[in-house]
Amino acid sequence: MSLLKPLIISIWFALLFLPFKGLKAALFFLIILLLTLLLFNSLFRYKNIFKDPLQKIFNLFEFNILTPLYESIYLRYVLFAALLVIPFFVKDYVLDVAILSCIYIILALGLNVVVGFAGLLNLGFVAFYAIGAYTYALLNTKLGIGFWSALPFSMLLTTIAGFLLAIPALRLRGDYLAIVTLGFGEIVRLILNNWDTLTKGPNGISGISTPVVFSFTFYKLTHFYYLLLFFVAITIFITKRVHKSRIGRAWIAIREDEIAASTIGINTTMYKLYAFAFGAFWAGLAGSIFAAKMQFVSPESFTFMESVLILCMVILGGSGSISGVIVGAFLLVLLPELLREVQLYRMLALGAGLVILMIFRPRGILGGKSASLRI
Amino acid sequence: MLLQQLINGITLGSVYALIALGYSMVYGILELINFAHGEIYMLGAYFGIIFFGFLTMLGVTNYSIFLSLILTFLLSIMFCSAYGFTIEKIAYKPLRNSTRLSPLISAIGVSIFLQNYVMLTQGATDKVFPNLFGARGFYFLSIRMTYIQLFIIIVSILIMIFLRLFIRRTKIGKAMRAVAQDKTMASLVGINIDTIISITFIIGSALAAVAGLMVAMYYGLVNYFIGYIAGIKAFTAAVLGGIGSIRGAMVGGLLLGLVESLGGSYISGEYKDAYAFVILIIILLVKPGGLFRKAELEKV
Repeated sequence: MSLLKPLIISIWFALLFLPFKGLKAALFFLIILLLTLLLFNSLFRYKNIFKDPLQKIFNLFEFNILTPLYESIYLRYVLFAALLVIPFFVKDYVLDVAILSCIYIILALGLNVVVGFAGLLNLGFVAFYAIGAYTYALLNTKLGIGFWSALPFSMLLTTIAGFLLAIPALRLRGDYLAIVTLGFGEIVRLILNNWDTLTKGPNGISGISTPVVFSFTFYKLTHFYYLLLFFVAITIFITKRVHKSRIGRAWIAIREDEIAASTIGINTTMYKLYAFAFGAFWAGLAGSIFAAKMQFVSPESFTFMESVLILCMVILGGSGSISGVIVGAFLLVLLPELLREVQLYRMLALGAGLVILMIFRPRGILGGKSASLRI
Repeated sequence: MLLQQLINGITLGSVYALIALGYSMVYGILELINFAHGEIYMLGAYFGIIFFGFLTMLGVTNYSIFLSLILTFLLSIMFCSAYGFTIEKIAYKPLRNSTRLSPLISAIGVSIFLQNYVMLTQGATDKVFPNLFGARGFYFLSIRMTYIQLFIIIVSILIMIFLRLFIRRTKIGKAMRAVAQDKTMASLVGINIDTIISITFIIGSALAAVAGLMVAMYYGLVNYFIGYIAGIKAFTAAVLGGIGSIRGAMVGGLLLGLVESLGGSYISGEYKDAYAFVILIIILLVKPGGLFRKAELEKV
């Protein structure tokens, strides 16, 4: 009897697989699947042996025994010191990955404001990233404005774009909102792709200059590493402060129950507007740095998949928790680099991983219970 | 020129309408945007190519093109329905009682998974569907209409009529409408909710399979990423007509197809894909309930 169910399941999946690779591959797939299922079944029989230790591990996350660890001030100092001296010990490749993670950490923290704090799903976040990057690229190449003078402009512009998108979007409920933001992202990408006279279309804009501070030009990876460390620190500091402020508490109230929030006098529309604009603000920062670092932008970097990737970072680590989002961003940059040999299967695993995560830990790895208080 | 574009638009629109029906039915019952629905349509096109190739290998196509087309349609529908059924069981059913956003993210996961699954097994290059009807066609009021366009329009109309009859007249259709109205009450009067949801997914996937296969025949080329953009457009069509309403999905699909083909030829072809999004945003702003559905207040 216990054999019948796994057998039926594996035959079903093998049948689904059959048209794609032919009979031989399907049979192979069937046998592998059957053996895996049987293995899991037999392990399941001894689940009580595993159950207690596993439960303990989960409890660690749930009740935040780890919290004192990563909130301890000494650990923070050690970590900070380690981050500062890293460039002296590692190869350029590692530094490159670190820079990329930093850019994504800023992006993920920005999206976290919208998704994690305010609970609004934004599937077009990459549009703001693109606007930030292109604003700096255009100001620099067309008008010759430097990084530091262009940065406020591009951040302002993305914030305004966030407002503009939010005004129509906020009349909508959760899933409609997701689709409208997705549409916005696609429209921005199509404009960048087709407005040849301004953006040079799919060829992209090259020759963007790097930041300059008092006649000191940033050109080495180390320089960018420290620059990004500085910006990540600012992002963490400010988002943390805003999270704890009146505005942040209002966002959480809206996320947990919008109707209840509006009954206690929170202007939900206003606060949602703030969330969109504030999230977009950080995307503008990340976009400008990205353009300055790469010295090249093209619409290819700003596809829907990029939005999904940033969203994955936010929900993998645990949406709403700042440390969780940082861990999520870092993991999702690092894992593909480590798994270069199986890169083809990367997106396959990402898709399956999203489904599994939603089923088993919808609050993310570090989400735990700290994100909200349930009575 | 105008009439010619109208015909093209109606052809395109009937395909959108078929996909939109699947979105609309699932949304009507589960309030879930089934993001993976576009991928089912893509799978339908791929199955069409695979099975038609298989039948050619067996020599059925030499015997009778008509028979092999029917077999291809049947097999493609069967497999797509199986995929739809399985996706619902794995990715949506465990999340039925969670927050609204979890199933949506899970659906995005399924969509990414299926795209890459097809890319890895079938290759990233375009697949070709053999050109059966050629460019043959006929002239009707001085407009040229190919046989394949006529075929797409007739099949779509027939399917929509049958679907409407199925939902209006049969017992299962009645049960589906009941579940869409109120799941708890429906289960109290003895309707098996799980079965009805499965049937909805199976019917929706079957329609998407037909749409995918017809598009493969129409354009002759298929790629693993066609599902994403078609899915978004079909969703726009469903919202345009009023999501959850069958008639709305049909009208919305046709309207969207017309706008796209007229806009593509008179305004700008480069922004063809953007029209759907612009329409979507305008509709949601002006009439969030769509053309055929009264706006509802959110219940506490």
